[in-house]
Amino acid sequence: MSLDYSKELTLVQGNMTMADLDNAIAKPMDTKPNKNYFIALAFTSSLLLLGVIAVSLTFYYGIGEWGNNQPVGWAFDITNFVFWVGIAHAGTLISAILYLLRQKWRTAISRFSEAMTIFAVICAGIFPIIHTGRPWLAGYLIPYPNAMQLWPNFVSPLVWDVFAVSTYFIVSLLFWYVGLIPDFATLRDRTVSKIKKFIYSLFSLGWRHSNRDWRHYEKVYMILAGLATPLVLSVHTVVSFDFATSVLPGWHSTIFPPYFVAGAIFSGFAMVVTALVFMRKVFSLENIITMDHLDRMNKIILLTGSMVGYAYLMEFFISWYSGVPTEQYVAINRAFGPYAWGYWVMVSCNSIFPQLFWFRRFRRSIPVMFIVVVLVNVGMWFERFIIIVTSLHRDFLPSSWGMFYPTWVDFSILFGSFGLFFTLVLLFTRTLPVVTMSEIKGVVEGAQPSHYEGDHNA
Amino acid sequence: MPDNKKLHSVAALFNSVDEIISAAKKTTAAGYKKFDVNTPYPVHGMDRAMGMGQSKIGFVTLFFGLFGAAFIFLFMWWSFAVSYNIVVGGKPFLAVPAFIPITFETTVLFAAIATVVGMLAVYFKLPNNSHPLHDTDYMKAVSGDKFGLVIEAEDKQFDKAKVIEFLKGLGAYKIEDIYYPEQEKFRMFEPKFLLFLAIVAVATSGLTYVTLNKLMYITPFDWMDFQSKLTAQKGSNMFANHEGMRPPVEGTVARGFIPYPYKGQPMPVEVLSNPTIPTKQILELGKGKFLTFCSPCHGNFGEGESRLRGQFPVGPTLHSDKIINYPDGMIYHIITNGQNAMPSYAPQITRHERWAIVDYIRVLQRAQNAKESDLKAVNKESVSNVQN
Ligand code: HEC
Repeated sequence: MSLDYSKELTLVQGNMTMADLDNAIAKPMDTKPNKNYFIALAFTSSLLLLGVIAVSLTFYYGIGEWGNNQPVGWAFDITNFVFWVGIAHAGTLISAILYLLRQKWRTAISRFSEAMTIFAVICAGIFPIIHTGRPWLAGYLIPYPNAMQLWPNFVSPLVWDVFAVSTYFIVSLLFWYVGLIPDFATLRDRTVSKIKKFIYSLFSLGWRHSNRDWRHYEKVYMILAGLATPLVLSVHTVVSFDFATSVLPGWHSTIFPPYFVAGAIFSGFAMVVTALVFMRKVFSLENIITMDHLDRMNKIILLTGSMVGYAYLMEFFISWYSGVPTEQYVAINRAFGPYAWGYWVMVSCNSIFPQLFWFRRFRRSIPVMFIVVVLVNVGMWFERFIIIVTSLHRDFLPSSWGMFYPTWVDFSILFGSFGLFFTLVLLFTRTLPVVTMSEIKGVVEGAQPSHYEGDHNA
Repeated sequence: MPDNKKLHSVAALFNSVDEIISAAKKTTAAGYKKFDVNTPYPVHGMDRAMGMGQSKIGFVTLFFGLFGAAFIFLFMWWSFAVSYNIVVGGKPFLAVPAFIPITFETTVLFAAIATVVGMLAVYFKLPNNSHPLHDTDYMKAVSGDKFGLVIEAEDKQFDKAKVIEFLKGLGAYKIEDIYYPEQEKFRMFEPKFLLFLAIVAVATSGLTYVTLNKLMYITPFDWMDFQSKLTAQKGSNMFANHEGMRPPVEGTVARGFIPYPYKGQPMPVEVLSNPTIPTKQILELGKGKFLTFCSPCHGNFGEGESRLRGQFPVGPTLHSDKIINYPDGMIYHIITNGQNAMPSYAPQITRHERWAIVDYIRVLQRAQNAKESDLKAVNKESVSNVQN
């Protein structure tokens, strides 16, 4: 197949008109869900329930329900936190960075991946709070004039984290909502149900598609994209500071910020592809979320996966090159110590399997890409686990070495977070337009004036 | 259309994007000012066709971003350096590099919130669900896939017939009159509303009560008041004597505790010797303690003038020859051990303080029986003070 790179690929296939697009996108909201939907929802919400029970037990009896111990004070809790924050990054990358890079193909998947960002940050935010053991005291992390007249320790990376993650959540939510306003207006004007109309009117705020408003709207969208871009890079950088600013061998490393950001995008794209593969099929959106989209996302997965692989090699090299015996020992211990199996799961899932995406055939094959992205998700979870647990369990003093063994509560909370995430995703697909209607209509063939005044170079 | 309704505008619908662009250009050219174009998505080139420049909302972002940065930076410095000094890892109170992450995040936060809120509330004047355009066929069409243009009645050039003619000339496929909606009236004291208010009031106060008075005190929110550990007075079946607390091993001496060797002996054969020298400091201490612990029964000067007025056997005078001739250690012994009706004061008064009291009693005794020579000694002292 010959490709003409000088021309933009058609973004929407199958000659869909704007009305077709509206109908296709609004269909999940206009029709009653079928049995499969409820089966899926039952499954994910059962997982969620399991997580809720496990978290309640943790609150009641304390952190002792987990496998955490001395010296492994951080384990599943922070692993899950970093994992979910990482997942979140894909959405912002797609909606903000690709927007600034004028990648029009992002239009079809931006809404969905932004939603995943928000849900993933929700999942992530739970973990640092519950791992304190007394989450109802987490309010002290916010600088407010409290009875003890104390302020948070602003030079602590853990407090930076609070600021970074909460800012990220708020800005993502704003970005998402701003994008949703015109769609709410469209839904408001389409629906015949009174209740839906009330809800949509409420959220559309009375938007009128006025060009006097579009003018500011587009500017604001660009500004938000411009703000979200450094923000998303800063969030995982700050998360990596939690480790990098400590003096623990295996953590104390300057490669962490870029390494974490690449890993975050990698895992996030994998998660988005995992979900998109199902969603485009179930809601028959194959003409909007096309194979070209998946192809491009797989290319980014290949790129970031290779970057992560490079970081693994670099960590090994630097630990040898540093000449610090403990540093060297930790590297060896990661690859050949008691958690070696986890290390090799991580290396193979993250750096070896994605190499299949060098081949166009595999990039465009649903079963292959599905298996690879699921493996990437597994691998990226293990990456965080390996980073956290192997550094903690054996450091400078052999007399204080130890092992971490997870309990069933640990696993339940992990599965519960997946339950929460997918429950939210399922509810989202039925309640909000999964594709940005107002944007996708703007990129169909013939949507923009054929010869508007002035030239493109003006 | 009924005549009593007020006309808001005349709206025209177009089928294609090229038509709406040229319609917008011609409307601008015809001199209409109060008109608007409604399109389901932003159309490139429309701003210019309508004669509008760039949006200036970026300045809102800039201003609030800088404000957020300055605010949080100064705040961090103030809270660290002024409000409550926290020394962490030897960092200075103005730890600029360590302040950067939070300064950055807050900049973004302030800028983003201000931009979005500013756009929605100030620029768009939203929420506004009662605009005349809502719920019209026109709005439904432009929400979907049509393009619309409205000319408002408030425009200076507005003349209904002419405007309709003009819009037809532009190629509109449908023209619609838009009227102001009838004002709906809401009565303040509608029973439904009052009921709603009552429910909200009861629910809020109930929830607040339960949260503050009950929820805060159930496990696990009870600040670990109840723990499954043994406290001093609790029983336990672990040990034969069913006491949670273990008694100390026989002969255990508590830290800082020196056992008194003559305990319980009414007339010990020998007593301790006084380890103190009656300095001014010691006498002052002894005076204080004497007035606190001894004077109620023995009088302020140890003359046996009880202030207890018969509620307790009067303490005898401390100026008797017996006491004067007692060795210091004997008075110490009486304080420590008690004597007949007088209880032991060992629990209240430390060893050092007891010796200080003994010294002070000696002072009181000397003062009662002062000799001529004592005066001389005092004078000598004051003369020598002057000479120095
Ligand atoms: C509650 C009242 C009370 C207080 C307070 C009290 N005493 Fe006494 N004290 C007595 C009584 C009563 C006796 C006579 C006991 C007896 O019958 O032998 C006594 C006896 C004495 C004696 C022996 C007197 C003698 O003639 O045998 C001395 C010395 C003495 N007290 C010193 C002190 C000193 C020093 C203090 C302060 C630490 C003190 N007492 C506080 C009630 C008191």
